[in-house]
Amino acid sequence: MTKYYTEEHEWIAVTGNVATLGITDYAQAQLGDVVFVEVPTVGRKVKKGEETAVVESVKAASEVYSPVTGTVIETNAPLADSPITVNEDPEGAGWFCRIEMSDLAELEVLMDEAAYKTFVEGL
Amino acid sequence: MTMHNVGRPTAPATTDATAVASTFTGNRGLAIEEPLLFEVGRLDVTGVDFDDVGAFEPRLGGLGRTAPVDLPGLTEPETMRHYVRLSRQNYAIDLGLYPLGSCTMKHNPRLNEAMARLPGFGDVHPLQPLSTVSGAVELVAELGRWLLELTGMASVAMSPKAGAHGEMCGMATIKAAIADRGEARDVVLVPESAHGTNPATAAQLGFRVVGVPARADGTVDPEEVKKRLGLEVAAIMLTNPNTCGLFERDIVEIAEAVHAAGAYFYADGANFNAIVGKVRPGDLGVDAMHINLHKTFSTPHGGGGPGAGPVVLSDRLAPYAPVPFVRFDKDGSAEFVETRKAAGERGLKPFGRITAFHGQMGMFVRALAYMLSHGADGLRQASEDAVLAANYVKACLKDVMTVAFPERPAMHEVLFDDHFLEGTGVTTLDFAKAMIDEGYHPMTMYFPLVVHGALLIEPTESESKASLDQFIGTLRHLAEKAKAGDAAAFKAAPYLAPRRRVDETLAARQPKLSYQS
Ligand SMILES: Cc1ncc(COP(=O)(O)O)c(C=O)c1O
Repeated sequence: MTKYYTEEHEWIAVTGNVATLGITDYAQAQLGDVVFVEVPTVGRKVKKGEETAVVESVKAASEVYSPVTGTVIETNAPLADSPITVNEDPEGAGWFCRIEMSDLAELEVLMDEAAYKTFVEGL
Repeated sequence: MTMHNVGRPTAPATTDATAVASTFTGNRGLAIEEPLLFEVGRLDVTGVDFDDVGAFEPRLGGLGRTAPVDLPGLTEPETMRHYVRLSRQNYAIDLGLYPLGSCTMKHNPRLNEAMARLPGFGDVHPLQPLSTVSGAVELVAELGRWLLELTGMASVAMSPKAGAHGEMCGMATIKAAIADRGEARDVVLVPESAHGTNPATAAQLGFRVVGVPARADGTVDPEEVKKRLGLEVAAIMLTNPNTCGLFERDIVEIAEAVHAAGAYFYADGANFNAIVGKVRPGDLGVDAMHINLHKTFSTPHGGGGPGAGPVVLSDRLAPYAPVPFVRFDKDGSAEFVETRKAAGERGLKPFGRITAFHGQMGMFVRALAYMLSHGADGLRQASEDAVLAANYVKACLKDVMTVAFPERPAMHEVLFDDHFLEGTGVTTLDFAKAMIDEGYHPMTMYFPLVVHGALLIEPTESESKASLDQFIGTLRHLAEKAKAGDAAAFKAAPYLAPRRRVDETLAARQPKLSYQS
């Protein structure tokens, strides 16, 4: 499994051609207490950069963009009843969905963990 | 002498007042606690003395209620006290400065109230025969004429009942115009600084929302708009002055590009109060704009029934305005145009209705009373004073708080971000809560989303210099206290409000939407 990051604070963990999507610890700290999560439906085709999930905190609603193109093959259903998981374990149990990727070349422009860390420190 | 024996010392004792930590009743002095209606009400009590209902045959096809409704019964004095006590725990524009940015919490002149209660305005019913309400119809038409004059637009729909409802009406008009052109445009451009109702309105009508990023100076970049224009774009929704309190200087260029691409320009008129008498939206290329009468024209926010958000339209959109409407006919008398009549007129293609009746009579009377009592020069003066007040607040606070866009003059409101709190441990939320202890309703927080920890202050033209100075002094004091490292004091604020800090997260995650004993 390899982990990639975006400047919009999403992460994906890639195994084979399947990417698990979530938001970073930095993002959850900025959002504050998450009170609502909307995950996509299984089977939905998503394009790179397209709004794929929604997280709402007491301050505002934010869209989560997919860093890759593909088809949603699984979603994290328990999040609906327990949005707090996004705050407690954003880079683990707080994942939103798994996407079967159709273009592995899209991974090339994403950051690795070290690059993302430097990026966040610069904010 | 005749000597009475009721003399007593009246000087207060010097005991520390904070020694009275709690009271037997839970009341604090004359600030009285109040339970919920369901807790004070009893089923066997009522404020009205109706005869018992005798046996009767309900004709509800078996759907009639068989169990009691369980509504709390109260006597008249209990009802009275309940609501008066709650009202005393509330904050209101009639109590003090109300700096909620983007909301224009200005004074509601009492003259408006007197006019709204006049017979013929205060007691009309929407189903009354037209011949008995000709004065009311004329008033609606006259208010419409003022709105058109002030905005430089061609036509007005008076019926929407709030700003957001006006957005819905304006965008539905655009949708109808596009359908009439036989086009399938389904994208609406919305800048990042927009009020949430803009994208919500577009989405509700089935449009896809595409965001436009803000420039570093807080305004919309025409180049970013142009990049997104195309055959699929139906409209842009833009607020001017925008929610950062800045005038969008490139608005004409944006409007021209939008029109050249075959799209419409919806302006969110929530901030019209900054430019009345100075700029006419019609001259900027606006196709539709709602006007929150409760902001710009001093009708109460929610008080006395729903609000009113008339929408002014360009001549390109006028044919699609909803029915019914009021207009002046050729000989100058006000005319009420209903669905059937509109259907028979050439050139009219109304998209339908947006409300059951014609709109909010009480708000119309108040708004027109405000306009007539101010006159054109007074309305312009109000805009200028609102802008002056905001810039005064900005100038007096810029050394202790961080103005988000310091280079640009503020319009009717000034936006701060939370840089000045960096490293103090105090957040925008804590700062706002501490304002409550000082007797102020907080400003708008965390909106707009384009700056970090936003604090948006709109003082309005209603405040005297003394009132502004006290407010400014309070914010200076709090900012200095935060910087002095007194974070703990902020974290638990408010200390003195009827309720301490409520758990917004819990309320959102596990909302309790009904009362259960
Ligand atoms: C910029 C802006 N647009 C739209 C609205 C919606 O108006 P209303 O509250 O009258 O529905 C508001 C209201 O707060 C606003 O500030």
